[in-house]
Amino acid sequence: MVKDPVCGMEIEEKAAAAVRQMDGRSVYFCSEACAAKFDADPGRYGEAELQKVGSATTGARPGAPGLVRIELPILGMTCGKCVATVEKALRETRGVAKASVNLDQSRAFVTYDPAVANLEDLTQAVKTAGYRSGTATARIGIKGMYCASCVTTIEKGLQSTTGVLKASVNLGTNEARVEYLSEQTDLEEIKKAVEATGYQAAPPSSEEAPDKEALAREQEYRTLFRKFVFAAVIALPVMVTAYPEFIPFLKTLSRGTLRVIWGVTGVLTLPVLLWSGGHFFRGAWSAFRHRSADMNTLIALGTGAAWLYSGVAILLPHLFPEGTAEPFYDVAAVVIALVVLGQALELRAKGRTSEAIKKLMGLQAKTARIIREGKEQDIPVEEVLVGDIVIVRPGEKVPVDGVIKEGSSAVDESMLTGESLPVEKKAGDEVIGATLNKTGSFKFEATKVGKDTALAQIVRMVEEAQGSKAPIQRLVDVVSGYFVPAVMIIAVLTFVAWFDIGPEPRLIYALVTAVTVLIIACPCALGLATPMSLMVGVGKGAEQGILIRGGEALQTAQALDAIVLDKTGTITKGTPELTDVIVLGSQFTVHSSPTLNPEPSTLNEPERELLRLAASVERTSEHPLAAAIVEGAKTRGIALSDPQDFQAVPGHGVIATVDGHRVVLGNLKMMQKEGVDLGGLEEQAKRLADEGKTPMYAAVDGKAAGLVAVADTVKEDSAEAIQALKALGLEVVMITGDNQRTAQAIARQVGMDRVMAEVLPEDKAHQVHLLQAEGKKVGMVGDGINDAPALAQADVGFAIGTGTDVAIEASDITLIKGSLKGVALAVEISKATMRNIKQNLFGAFVYNALGIPVAAGLLYPFFGLLLSPLIAGAAMAFSSVTVVTNANRLRRFRPTGG
Amino acid sequence: MDIAQITVTLVGLGLSVLIAWYFWFSEKKGVRAQAAGGFQEAKIVVKGGYTPDVIVVKAGKPVRLTFVRQETAACSEMVVFGDFNKSAKLPPGEEVPVEFLPQKPGEYEFACQMGMLRGKLIVE
Repeated sequence: MVKDPVCGMEIEEKAAAAVRQMDGRSVYFCSEACAAKFDADPGRYGEAELQKVGSATTGARPGAPGLVRIELPILGMTCGKCVATVEKALRETRGVAKASVNLDQSRAFVTYDPAVANLEDLTQAVKTAGYRSGTATARIGIKGMYCASCVTTIEKGLQSTTGVLKASVNLGTNEARVEYLSEQTDLEEIKKAVEATGYQAAPPSSEEAPDKEALAREQEYRTLFRKFVFAAVIALPVMVTAYPEFIPFLKTLSRGTLRVIWGVTGVLTLPVLLWSGGHFFRGAWSAFRHRSADMNTLIALGTGAAWLYSGVAILLPHLFPEGTAEPFYDVAAVVIALVVLGQALELRAKGRTSEAIKKLMGLQAKTARIIREGKEQDIPVEEVLVGDIVIVRPGEKVPVDGVIKEGSSAVDESMLTGESLPVEKKAGDEVIGATLNKTGSFKFEATKVGKDTALAQIVRMVEEAQGSKAPIQRLVDVVSGYFVPAVMIIAVLTFVAWFDIGPEPRLIYALVTAVTVLIIACPCALGLATPMSLMVGVGKGAEQGILIRGGEALQTAQALDAIVLDKTGTITKGTPELTDVIVLGSQFTVHSSPTLNPEPSTLNEPERELLRLAASVERTSEHPLAAAIVEGAKTRGIALSDPQDFQAVPGHGVIATVDGHRVVLGNLKMMQKEGVDLGGLEEQAKRLADEGKTPMYAAVDGKAAGLVAVADTVKEDSAEAIQALKALGLEVVMITGDNQRTAQAIARQVGMDRVMAEVLPEDKAHQVHLLQAEGKKVGMVGDGINDAPALAQADVGFAIGTGTDVAIEASDITLIKGSLKGVALAVEISKATMRNIKQNLFGAFVYNALGIPVAAGLLYPFFGLLLSPLIAGAAMAFSSVTVVTNANRLRRFRPTGG
Repeated sequence: MDIAQITVTLVGLGLSVLIAWYFWFSEKKGVRAQAAGGFQEAKIVVKGGYTPDVIVVKAGKPVRLTFVRQETAACSEMVVFGDFNKSAKLPPGEEVPVEFLPQKPGEYEFACQMGMLRGKLIVE
């Protein structure tokens, strides 16, 4: 006799319903049900010495004897191989005695020694293996916290709470950030843990996660602006005294008095340099230590040189040749004021470039109403788990992604897809988090939560794309690597040239030109040009439901020559629909429009009757064409009868008795087999086939009755979209596995340039390659699953997704909205963005290429023209502002195609 | 040419050579990433530059670089690893890990968004 470890029943080994292996011995079960329980969590029925903890702890419990067992939710496992990988990673972690992973439950069962390992080690091991443990993060406000030691107390208290992985308390924001296993604990428990340490838990200070970036920028802006005001206030008197010959009162003063006044302005300028311009000097110094140089270096050198020269000139005028002991404090003060102002303005403009992503993030619902243990409860959206049933009422946002279980409604998905009309949803349909429920209430099962929701993926994709580099940037990178030291060398050589061959006073000219060169050069404008436009362009795309994977995709998309469209599901709807009903007899009413008018009234009585009979026969058939006929009848409000003696003849058609009539529906072979005289129907059938439709003959009681045709119909806006693509100068090519006749019929309807028919799915990539061999840059549009190789082969792969599958791997650009128009729009956005980048780069290059020689005095020998360092400062400050402002112009981009 | 001019010319040329050598041709010392928990880890302080700015790692092993931005200047608010298609925003004072898997040995640059601050990743 052995004992069933699940229910404890004593059973005969031979009579066991199931046997499993565990730790090298056999385990017997009384029933399959017990075995299934065991399979779900084998570790639970292991050795007796195992401490039955059953819940996650942080392992921080000091002195807990023996081993501890926990369940760890694992995300991202898709296959049996993943199980082995995760198990191995966990087992190799120090302190882990046993680890088993259940794929169906996405859970790892780990037995470990808390004295050696802690929960973080385990989650880390999972992460290293390439998967994530399902954790949630929450922010909790804390009241009554005044000192740094409070922080430690609360952190410790939280960390020793069951299920908490990590807790960090921020004294500045009065908030705790807690990472926890949402299955083991919830916000309530965590709040209790905070209160147990003697502090009060509160809602986080702001409802939304504080946008740290925006906050930091705002602070930086205010600091910069204060620095500017200070510098400007000082700069004014400094500038006035710098040109005594133009000021009535100062004109009369003796050189000695002026020197005293200048000395005072020199002292006044010092705080401008040290405070307003302090960041230039600090930045220059740290860059110098890194053996690099940047804009800070140039400004620091320029203003520093001006200030030092002025100091020496005033204190030790006899060291200088006659007439060169002049101060340049005005240069130091004014340039710093201008550049700081430029930086402040640039920061303002930069904030606007990331508006799109902020808008996206703001779409997320804050709470969800779910049913747990039979009770409705509102919980933070972060705590919703896969499998939870979520209730959504009219006017509420759908909190996470899922599938409707009960109820129906119209959902506004425009914020994600750009589709303006609300989409009808019923049980079985997918809903996407952050979309807005309009009319009805429904319950849905959560399928994706947290970082896996469509919105989270979109945000991540857009952020990654905004941070990526366009190939055009590589040139800029090379240039900017040499730029600043090169400018420094030019400044030195300018000084030497003016000193050696310049007019008197040579020293003054040499100094002024060298300083002007340092100040006018603007590496920032160069560096900002590409990333700023890319940010705005990618964000603009996201607003329209177009996800561009990165700078490279964007740059290639605007240079495409040809675009290959997969027919099924891209140009057409992908599912067949009823298109024609033709009755043989006196009335020949032919409906041959690409989409049969769905109005029930457009069919006359004989047609309705024929459709009723045909649909009734097809009711029990499982053929996709049959479904199209049945659906066609239903949408026209035709009540169907129950067919009797249904019989399917493979490759021919179907036969059944409907209301006493023997109805035969099938192809030509079927009719010949049945010996039906087709009258004039064959002509009609041929015509329909030429239109790309699939005609079916119908015979009633042995006589030909008419034709029913179905076809995969063209999407409403496909023709328009293809026109838009052509208008952009692209060659549009259709690729399909269909026969030539069907393919040509569709191609005619939508105005295609070129058709590749009868292409096997595995040959699509090859066809794309052939087009590329013609020297064309080819874009391929497909569904991203069957066409993945072709999408990858193309220079730019456009995946037409619908709903939640936004992160289609093979694609460079994903169109969330299922319309072809997105392709044209994506190309337009790419073109607009690249144009903007080029304008910026051109501007920045030309500015520097012209500005530096002019500043060096190249025009002086010809026109006597010399640039004042003050003008140079203003030009430099506003060149980078101009670049960012130009990038912001892209935000006003409107598609031309409507 | 008088003495002053000759002096200025020579000093200027010397200075130019010095600038070119210091910024372009001098060797930078790298810091080797430490193996920890399956990752090769290194901590990088962002303040007017990346410290350390040359990181040496082994190919084929995941790398985690933790950035801490200790300044508020907007220039460094993002770090971009163009070759790995990775980027991260660096809120001031926060530790931000950037993880990726270098497959091929070689030298890869990372930089701020504008390419002003630069660092190098040497994969062996």
